Amino acid sequence: MSFLPYAVAVWICLVGLYGVVTSRHLVHTIICLSVVQSSTYVLLLAVGYRKDSVAPVFIDIPRDTPAVDPVVQALTLTDVVVGGAVTALLLAIAVQIEKHLDTLDPDELDPLRD
Amino acid sequence: MNSILFATDLAELAPLTVAGPFLLAAVLAARLPVPFQRRHAELVAAAGALLVAVLCLLLLRETLDSDAPVVSQIGGWQPRGDGVVVGINFALDSLGATLALLAALLVGTSLVFAWRSFDAVGPTFHALILVFLGALTGFALTGDLFNMFVFFELMSVSAYALTAYRIERPESLQGALTFAITNSVGAVMILFGIALLYGRTGALNLAQVGEALAQQSSDELVVVSFALITAGFLVKAAIVPFHFWLADAYAVAPTPAAIVFTGVMSDLGIYAVARIYLTVFQAPLAPHVEGLRAVLVAFAVLTALVGAVMALGQDHLKRLLAFVTISQIGLALIGIGLLTPAGGAGATLLIPADGLLRAGLFVCLGAVLHRCGSVYQSRLHGRGRVLPRVFPILFVAGTLGLAALPPLGAFPGKAIIEEAAAEVGYGWTAAVFLLATALTAAALLRAGARVFLGWGPVAVARTDPREPPTEDSELTGSRGRVPTPMFVSAAVLIVAGLLVTAVPGAVDDAQRSAHLFADRNVYAAAVLGRPVPAPDPIHFVHIGDTAVVLGVVTVLATLVLSAILLERIRLPFRLPRSVMRAAEASFTRLRRQHSGQIGDYVAWATVGFALLGALFAAAT
Repeated sequence: MSFLPYAVAVWICLVGLYGVVTSRHLVHTIICLSVVQSSTYVLLLAVGYRKDSVAPVFIDIPRDTPAVDPVVQALTLTDVVVGGAVTALLLAIAVQIEKHLDTLDPDELDPLRD
Repeated sequence: MNSILFATDLAELAPLTVAGPFLLAAVLAARLPVPFQRRHAELVAAAGALLVAVLCLLLLRETLDSDAPVVSQIGGWQPRGDGVVVGINFALDSLGATLALLAALLVGTSLVFAWRSFDAVGPTFHALILVFLGALTGFALTGDLFNMFVFFELMSVSAYALTAYRIERPESLQGALTFAITNSVGAVMILFGIALLYGRTGALNLAQVGEALAQQSSDELVVVSFALITAGFLVKAAIVPFHFWLADAYAVAPTPAAIVFTGVMSDLGIYAVARIYLTVFQAPLAPHVEGLRAVLVAFAVLTALVGAVMALGQDHLKRLLAFVTISQIGLALIGIGLLTPAGGAGATLLIPADGLLRAGLFVCLGAVLHRCGSVYQSRLHGRGRVLPRVFPILFVAGTLGLAALPPLGAFPGKAIIEEAAAEVGYGWTAAVFLLATALTAAALLRAGARVFLGWGPVAVARTDPREPPTEDSELTGSRGRVPTPMFVSAAVLIVAGLLVTAVPGAVDDAQRSAHLFADRNVYAAAVLGRPVPAPDPIHFVHIGDTAVVLGVVTVLATLVLSAILLERIRLPFRLPRSVMRAAEASFTRLRRQHSGQIGDYVAWATVGFALLGALFAAAT
């Protein structure tokens, strides 16, 4: 089993986090967040991968053919949907912020603090 | 025979607590040819909350009578004989059912609060809060790891939308954005942990994963996945240093949503840590329990104290209550972090009492905002006098309940946690309880005395000239009086919060439930369809006289502290100026960390993830 996909997943996660932490534009922040989320897709698919096996669709192949784990693919799909929902909602919020304040630079926003 | 009409036992109805609100929400959100009238939407939402509350109450009674979790195999997919779970199940125990019931009650009260008056456009608000409710109950009842993640995300997304509900207010949007980004990062950590566990065990059912891990000793992968899952849920629970988002979000969320957020959502984060530790990681990590306890209690103590100090320094009342929430979740995490059944029992008692009281105080603030048009203490000085006399009384009663006045409110939970802590050598946490409780309660009492009585010096507003002089009320209609539903919901929440743990038998029931909750073998056997072993004998902890004395001391300390802060009592001596200056400087430094910048918060969270992981690695 190769460690490469796991290293890639961790790397994508860290790169995304770096982007969120240093971002100077809210849309950029939101896209970086979806980069962080996509690291989980790589990780999940890596967990279920089997060498020399096929996609888990058993229509015209014998039932004992080695196949990759379908559960993680279902999890990834669910995760993609969740991530899509979060990104859409966040972008909608960003649009509203831009409408009200004419800026998306976090330094120029003046949030409620005291 | 699995259809709802022919349900042979109550457990078959458990999925309805999730499906019911979702279906009703879909009906509300659908653009029907005849648009929904607002009052119809209110009735539908109230029906949903009532349905969930009744079902959860019935389920709670059933689980209290049972010696094992009540399992509901969704779709009738029974586990295979060799311990492989085929379908998805709900594993109900009295703790999960209590939290689900609490969620339903809080959503119900928030609907009463919003009845006819909350300035909502169309039925979207009601659809969102029903989805939120369904996700909360599903999260509390499910027995499947990935299900927990999905319900967690669903709960979070509807909470983001509820926070940003008043899209005409930029601060609501910014609060929601901060909330959403920090919590999504936490959710990614949880999913990383789940993926690693699935890779190791090939299972997602809590019981089955636990059984598979029990066959092997712990290694790095187990510790890393535990650290990731714990860190992710601690973001939701707003444990320091993951707590920054909470104050920004709760302070700007509309009051009906904030009631539910502060009452139950944060607590579900620490519930999840307990649930997953006890069912999945308990066996492999058992040799390291003392190290893990030290780490969790350290985070909890830090949270309790930071929350309390920050609460004392807030001018914005909702923000003040948000920091009170953070501090109290920290106290509840002390109970959970002890990793003993008695500690869990204390947290079980503490969470509903504190949650209901905080929600009740939020309603009182909603009334102040409605009548006086502001939530800043400095602007409200004495202006709360226009409210009916009953609000200051409720506010003080709620605060004393949070201050754990024996035998009401938070007292039984706090006392049991202190006893449980002493049993494992953490008796010193009683001092943390005293300090954090006295500080938060004094912050609340001072605020109440300033707003409702006009006591204390007129605070100089430290506000920005750019801020609007008044906030607009969230409610439609006349500002001349407080609507009756608002009064009713405040009274119900505060009275319920004061009395919920004082019910005879509550302390023993909580201990029995927590004991069962912690028994991994019983849980696994019930879920995997094996004969359930006899539970271990329960070792009951009793509330001693010391706890009562400590409770009275805490309340006295609260009163004295708030009197000093309000300059009703003058100290016979003066603190040296250097001490005052150092205290002020460190407070300013702490406050400056709460910058409102998403980047800063995520940086803190990343540091927290690394710290938690390193400490767990060192502890095992």
